[in-house]
Amino acid sequence: MWQYVFKRLLLMIPTVIGAAFVIFFLLRAMPGDVCELKLGGEGAYVDEAQITLCREQLGLDDPLAVQFADFVWGIATLDFGTSMITGRAITYEMGLRFELSLQVAIMATIVAIMISIPLGTLSAVYQNTWIDYIVRTVAIAGIAIPSFWLGILILLALLSISEAMTGTRWTPPLDYVPIWEDPVYNLSMLIWPAVATGYRYSAVATRMTRSSLLEVLREDYVRTARAKGLVEKIIINRHALKNALLPVVTVIGIEFAFLMGGLVVTEQVFNLNGLGNLLVQSVTSVDYTMTQGIVMVIVLVFVITNFFVDILYAWLDPRIRYS
Amino acid sequence: MQTKLWKLALGAVAAAAFSFSAVAETPKYGGTLNFVVGSKIPSYDGHVETTFGMIHPIAPFYSLLMRVNPANPGDPTDFQCDLCEGDVPAGAEGGTLFTFKIRQGVKFHDGTPLTAADIVASWNKIIFPPEGIASARKAFYKMVESVTAPDDFTVVFKLSFPSGSFLPAMADPYAFIYSKKDLDEHGYTWHKMNINGTGPFVFVEHQPGAFVTGVKNENYHHEGRPYLDGFKAISAPKMSARVQAIEGDRASIEFRGFPPKQRDDLVNALGDKITVQESDWNCVLMVTPNHSRPPFDDPRVRKALTLAVDRWGGSQYLSQIAIVKTVGGIVFPNHPLAATEEELVQIAGFSRDLEASRAEARRLLKEAGQEGLSFTLNNRAVDQPYRVVGTWLVDQWKQIGLTVDQQVNPSPVFYDILRKSGDFDVSIDFNCQSVINPIADVSKYLPSAGNNYANFEDAEIEEVYDRLLHAGTFEEQRVIMREYERMVLDEKATQAVTLWWYKINPYRSYVKGWKIAPSHYLAQQLDQIWLDK
Repeated sequence: MWQYVFKRLLLMIPTVIGAAFVIFFLLRAMPGDVCELKLGGEGAYVDEAQITLCREQLGLDDPLAVQFADFVWGIATLDFGTSMITGRAITYEMGLRFELSLQVAIMATIVAIMISIPLGTLSAVYQNTWIDYIVRTVAIAGIAIPSFWLGILILLALLSISEAMTGTRWTPPLDYVPIWEDPVYNLSMLIWPAVATGYRYSAVATRMTRSSLLEVLREDYVRTARAKGLVEKIIINRHALKNALLPVVTVIGIEFAFLMGGLVVTEQVFNLNGLGNLLVQSVTSVDYTMTQGIVMVIVLVFVITNFFVDILYAWLDPRIRYS
Repeated sequence: MQTKLWKLALGAVAAAAFSFSAVAETPKYGGTLNFVVGSKIPSYDGHVETTFGMIHPIAPFYSLLMRVNPANPGDPTDFQCDLCEGDVPAGAEGGTLFTFKIRQGVKFHDGTPLTAADIVASWNKIIFPPEGIASARKAFYKMVESVTAPDDFTVVFKLSFPSGSFLPAMADPYAFIYSKKDLDEHGYTWHKMNINGTGPFVFVEHQPGAFVTGVKNENYHHEGRPYLDGFKAISAPKMSARVQAIEGDRASIEFRGFPPKQRDDLVNALGDKITVQESDWNCVLMVTPNHSRPPFDDPRVRKALTLAVDRWGGSQYLSQIAIVKTVGGIVFPNHPLAATEEELVQIAGFSRDLEASRAEARRLLKEAGQEGLSFTLNNRAVDQPYRVVGTWLVDQWKQIGLTVDQQVNPSPVFYDILRKSGDFDVSIDFNCQSVINPIADVSKYLPSAGNNYANFEDAEIEEVYDRLLHAGTFEEQRVIMREYERMVLDEKATQAVTLWWYKINPYRSYVKGWKIAPSHYLAQQLDQIWLDK
C-alpha cells in the first residue's frame, strides 16, 4: 500500500510539469500584448518605447526557455511571481480568492452529497416506481439546467419573495466576509451559489449512485445476504451502498476539483470574488503570470484530489490491494 | 406600460430637479455610500491609468489643481479651483502664462502640508515624466513649456503658444496631486500601489477584486465637505450583478451608466425609489478603414462607407436598445465648437436625404470599380455598444450592396489587430475622453496621432490641425474646426463617426447632490454627494 502511495506521489511530478508546459506555451500562442493593454487601456496613446520598456520590466523579452524555467522554478518553490497587471504577488491575489472558492466548493459538495446519496439510493431501491421516476426527473433537470441559469432564477426568486414578504427587495451581499467573522452574513451570501452548483453536481452523483447501486444489488453476495434472511436495510446500508459508492466518490472528487476554478459564470452571476472570476479577468487582460498561477493551482487541486480519491478507493473496497 | 414607466422616471427626475432648485434641500451629514464598479483597478496611479475602474474608487482620495464643477459637470466650460484658490486664472501674456494661487493649510492624509512644490512635482511627472515613467496623457500638454513655483503658494504654467485646449486639460480627473516628499523618497512608481492624497476621503482598505473603502477626511479643504462618513466601491464586473445590487439596495449607484433596458427594469421594479439622470456622453464609436489596404486607400470607397449610414434613423432606433443616441460630428455635440445641425447635414453621411446619400455611395463605388465589395469588420466583443453598433453598420452597408463579415474579437485580440498587427480591412475604434476638450479630443483624427490606426499620412490635415491648435480666439477655432471636420469626415473621409454615446444613470433616490457629467470619468471625488436617508 505504502509503495503504491509513494508511486502515485512520484507520478504527480511529471503530470504537473506536463501541465505547466502546455499552459505556458498555449498562453504564449494567444494573441494580445499585456503591455499594450496595460498602458493603452481605454484608448490612451502609448509610444513604442514605453511598450518596449514594459516588456523588458516584465521579462517578456527573455527567451521562452528562460521564462519557462522561471515558471517551473516558481511552481517548485510555490512562488508564482507577480501579476503583470497589478504588480501584486500572485499568491496574495489567489489567497484572497482561494478561501471563498474553497468554501463554495465545500458547501456545494455537502449540498450535493446530501441530495444525491439518499435520492440515488431511493431511486435504486424503488426502481421503476413513481419515486424512481420523480428522482430521475429531478436528476435529469439538474443536468440540463446550467448552474448559472439556476443562479439567475434563484436571484429573481429572492427579489420577488423578499418584496412580497417584507415590501423591500433583497439580494445577497456583494462582498465576502469570512465565516468566522460573521457567519450569518457569510452564509447569506454563499448559500445560494452553493445550492445552484450543488444541485447540478448532485444530479450527476444521483444518477451515478442509482446505476451503481442497481448493479451492486444484482451481485451474488447481495442475493446471498437476502437468502440468509438479512434485513433489507442492513443489506443496503452496510453491504451494497458502501461498494456502490466507489464510482460516486470518483465523480464527487473530480467535481470538487472542478468547482475550485470552474465556477466562472456562477461566480459572475453572484458577484463572487473567486478563483474563476480571477481566471477570466487574467485571461482577458493577457496577464500570463496570473493565468499560469491560477491554472497551476487548479491542476494541483485536481492532482491532489485524484490522489486522495485513489486512496479512498482502497478504504472503501477491501478487494482493492494496491500493494 | 412603457409610457407609464417613463412618466414615472421623468417624474422622479423632475422631482429631483425641483427639490434642488425650489426647495433648496439642506445636505445631511453621515452615511456610507455604496456604489458598484464594473471594471478592475490595475494600479492607483492616476497619471498612468486610463480606466474608470481606477478613477471611481480612487479619485475620492485625491485632489486636483482645478476641476470640472461637480455641481454643474454638464457645462463643458464650467471649471473651478480645487487646490488652487479663487477663480480659475485667465491667461496672461497673450494666453501663454497661467498663475495659480494655491490654498494654504491643506494637508496630505499623512499629515504633510501641501505647498506649490507638490503641485509642480505632480505636474512635472505628468507633462515631463523621466525616461521609463509612463504618463498616459502627456500629449495633452504639448503647449506647456515649464511649470514652476516662484513661492510656496504660487504655481506658474508657461506655455510656448496660446491654446484653447490648455485649461480644459488642466481639469483632467486623472491629474492627481501627489506629495513631492513621496515622489522624492519613494520614487515615481510608488503611487501605483500606495495612496496619499489630499482628497475628501482617506483610504482605508482595498481588497483586490472585491472592494475599496474610504472614510471622511476631517481636514478636507472644501469647507463643510464631504457630507458622507465614508464610501465603499464594490467591484461587480457583470452588469446583471450591478443592476441587482441597486435593486436590492446593496449599492446605491453605478457611475458609468446602464443601457435603456436596465434603466426600464429598475424604474419598473423600484418606481420613485429610483431617479434617472441622462446625458450625452463624450464617447463615440468610429469606423476606421485601413488606408494601407486597397480598396480603402481610395477616398471614394471610404466616402461610400460613410454615405451609406443612416445616422438619424439609427439614433431613433438604436437609442432604445443601446447606449448611443446623438448624431454629431467629430466634436462633442453639446459643445460650442460642435457643428450645428445645419452644418452637419452638409457633411457626407449626415444628410437627411438618405436615398440621395446612398445613391451617391453606389455611384462612387461604381466609379471606383468596387460594386459589391466584400470586407471584414474588426469589432470588439463588448455588447454595449460595440456589437450593437457593428451589427447595425453591417446592415447599413448591405443597403448599398456591400457584403461585410463582422469579426467580433475579445478585447486583447481586437486591440492587437487594430493597434499592433494592423491586419484589418475596416475596424471599429473609439474616441472616449474625460474633460470635454474638443481641440485635444479631435487630435485622434490626426494622421500622425499615435492613436490613429487608419495607417495614412496627410500633410494637409496636419497643417489644418496645427492652425487649430494655435488659434487664439473662439471664433477662429470654430472656423478651423469646421474645415478640419469637413476634411476628415467628407473630403478625405479618413475615418467616420457613428453615433455619440448616451449616458443613463439610474440610482437610488436617496442619493443627493450627484449631477450627471458627460463623461464617466468626471466629478468622481464624491465630496458633493449626501444621503437623504
